[in-house]
Amino acid sequence: MKRWKLFLPLAFFLTFCVLLYIGLFMEDKNELPSMLLDKPVPEFSLKKLQQPAETVTEEALKGRILLLNVWGSWCPACKVEHPYLMKLAREGINIVGVNYKDERQGALEWLDRLEDPYLFNIVDKDGRLGLDLGVYGAPETFLIDKHGVIRYKHIGILDDRVWKKDLKPLYDALQKELVQ
Amino acid sequence: MNPELGLFALILATCLALLQSIIPLLGSYNGRLNWMATGKTLASGQFVFVLLSFMCLVFAFVSDDFSVQYVASNSSSLLPVYYKVTAVWGGHEGSLLLWILTLTGWGQVVALRSNKLPPELSARVLSVMGMISVGFLLFILLTSNPFARILPFPPVQGSDLNPLLQDLGMIVHPPMLYMGYVGFAVAFAFAIAALLGGQLDSAWARWARPWTTVAWCFLTAGISLGSWWAYYELGWGGWWFWDPVENASLMPWLTGTALIHSLAVTEKRGLFKSWTLLLAITTFSLSLFGTFLVRSGVLTSVHAFANDPERGLFILGYLLVVVGASLTLFAFRAPEVRSKISFSLLSRETLLLLNNIILVTSCATVLLGTMFPLLLDSLDLGMISVGPPYFNLLFVPLSMLLAACLGIGILLNWKKGSLSWLKQQVRWILVVSVVGGIIFSFLYGDRFLVSEALAIGLVLWMVLTIGKDVRNKTRNIGLLKGMRKLKPAYYGMQLAHLGLAVTFIGVALTSGYSVQKDLRMNPGDTARVGEYVFRFDGVNQRQGPNYVSDFGTVKVFKDKQQIAVLNPEKRVYTVQGMPMTEAAIDSGLTRDLYVALGEPLGDDSWAVRLYVKPYIRFIWLGSIFMALGGLLAISDKRYRVRLKKKVALSGKKAALAGNPGPSLDSGKDATVTTGGQA
Repeated sequence: MKRWKLFLPLAFFLTFCVLLYIGLFMEDKNELPSMLLDKPVPEFSLKKLQQPAETVTEEALKGRILLLNVWGSWCPACKVEHPYLMKLAREGINIVGVNYKDERQGALEWLDRLEDPYLFNIVDKDGRLGLDLGVYGAPETFLIDKHGVIRYKHIGILDDRVWKKDLKPLYDALQKELVQ
Repeated sequence: MNPELGLFALILATCLALLQSIIPLLGSYNGRLNWMATGKTLASGQFVFVLLSFMCLVFAFVSDDFSVQYVASNSSSLLPVYYKVTAVWGGHEGSLLLWILTLTGWGQVVALRSNKLPPELSARVLSVMGMISVGFLLFILLTSNPFARILPFPPVQGSDLNPLLQDLGMIVHPPMLYMGYVGFAVAFAFAIAALLGGQLDSAWARWARPWTTVAWCFLTAGISLGSWWAYYELGWGGWWFWDPVENASLMPWLTGTALIHSLAVTEKRGLFKSWTLLLAITTFSLSLFGTFLVRSGVLTSVHAFANDPERGLFILGYLLVVVGASLTLFAFRAPEVRSKISFSLLSRETLLLLNNIILVTSCATVLLGTMFPLLLDSLDLGMISVGPPYFNLLFVPLSMLLAACLGIGILLNWKKGSLSWLKQQVRWILVVSVVGGIIFSFLYGDRFLVSEALAIGLVLWMVLTIGKDVRNKTRNIGLLKGMRKLKPAYYGMQLAHLGLAVTFIGVALTSGYSVQKDLRMNPGDTARVGEYVFRFDGVNQRQGPNYVSDFGTVKVFKDKQQIAVLNPEKRVYTVQGMPMTEAAIDSGLTRDLYVALGEPLGDDSWAVRLYVKPYIRFIWLGSIFMALGGLLAISDKRYRVRLKKKVALSGKKAALAGNPGPSLDSGKDATVTTGGQA
């Protein structure tokens, strides 16, 4: 064995660390993606999940404050998030789903089996809308104002802590604007 | 007062850990026995203070001290007292404290058992363990203090423990897992001590072996508990989800399994020395990496309850120091010469090497799958999510290959074997396995499934080769008499291998023949799943200690006989207002009946999910066998009595051979300084 080969594990490990480091910073970058923040939702024209005959565009997201929730029936974390979305929906918060890279059958079964917190679902089977939105994985949740502009993005499970700390203050402020 | 006492104890423990990482190590170089001996005292002191600190936190939970931030966010006064205790490790800070408690506990045990070791070695091992715990203690003190207070206005009520974690499986799962993770720290410490001292003969492998095996047993138990918990608590009916956090615990298990096998080769045959060292370092690094993955929020996951980049940065820095330093040490000190010991292509050594290659490849597969989204994203190559299809595609064939090799590896002897002998040995076993697998798949279930035939064939192959090996070993003196003569270590090994076969049965039959039905059921409705008839008897409301529940009743009949009453629930936990599905399971060795409630559909009808899962218990039964096998193996006397003798012997041998090997500076203990790289 050549001596230098013994350095390979070290080299491999250091490369790996660089990757993790970038990963850590990316979290920060994605938390408030400067690119998309305060920009309108990118244009799209996709089918609805439960009403496959209907097409939705970004226009359908205008006129009310809503949460755009990216999910898939393949995603265990979404399952954990789901009860909380139900809770929000019961409190009267508008949630629109983006069914991301999913099989239609699986998605319908999911909504059947669990409850359906969504006003409607946008089918993003090949992930184009997700790509435009800079989706990293499911679940992700965007806060959209009445003009269809993205005001906040949360990566990962939306739970009570995240809602109260990050989203609710913004949501309440937007709500106030709407009233005035 | 109590929380401050806990914090103070933690700070004291940090000071002791700092001393422990320096003094014994220095002593091992300047040859002062009393410096080296401080390691044991310091390890005990550290353990006592961490334990005290942990008890303070337990007390804060039990006495509902909501002025402590961590208690307020993870408990409530409504919580039953046993969950208050387990809530201690329900969040980030507390589970970190548990991690440290486990680590210092291991340190304490190593200190107690270290009398059998040469003083330099035990001093270095304890110093390395001290260094590991300094890092974690600083981590908890600087970024995640569990005793931080909310003053002057503490909340009257806590925000309750995450309902997912209010469960028996969760009480034991994390401690078990941590015992495993942290246990590999001992193997790691032995490897580093060996590298520091240049003692790279087979002696270190002999010492590290029992520790590694114990850690492995705990990790095995911990992982299967986690899988069992996910099965009944998450209500998805699955038992493994390739979730990043699950992967984080699987990776050290895979390399740990490789490590116990390569340690065997290093100990018995003096081969694979550098490789074994590298595996010991890798396994512990992956344990640390698992912690990083769970705690930093690099990847989103079901279990990652604490997402905090600052903490992530700390762990990454720590990882860089610990792993970077050990790999650098490895690069400079690992034996570079190829061993002169030879073995033929068809020998146990080769098969164990194959075992290692397969296990490490599996681990790399899992690592790649877990990190791939991150990798692509950070290189700006676009976004991809890697799901179960990827893992199953690669992992399943690798496991099957492993099972195939296992049979041959068991039969072969060390050093050399011949193809004709092997052929003669496995001929009939091979035929029986192939035919048996095919027949099974034809008879069981509705249709022929290739993967199930293959899996059952491999199960037969493993079981029969194990049986054959026992026959071979007892051939000369008769089966019963011979079996009494075989060592516990041998039985332990075979029990663990048998465990793998049992797990194979469980995985194959569950994934091949599970039946699932999603139905809308009115009270009184019946549904047939396989040979079972389920009758839905409606839902009524019940009040639990900290939740209200829709309490369903489902009766199960087989051949018109009632065999089970199941009570699936939908609970709403009062404090967090969070709904939870509690599946009801009637478990049996050959099948589980699994019922979960969906949502109410109006006029008393409910969405109901029914599963029949054949042989799913075998998955966990197999892992119990594996863990017990490991424990049986280390109960073997030779690990206790002959330790010193063996060292003395190998020392003499090396001295005779005129190959003293790299010697220590001190040269106090003649048995230690001679190692040699024969």
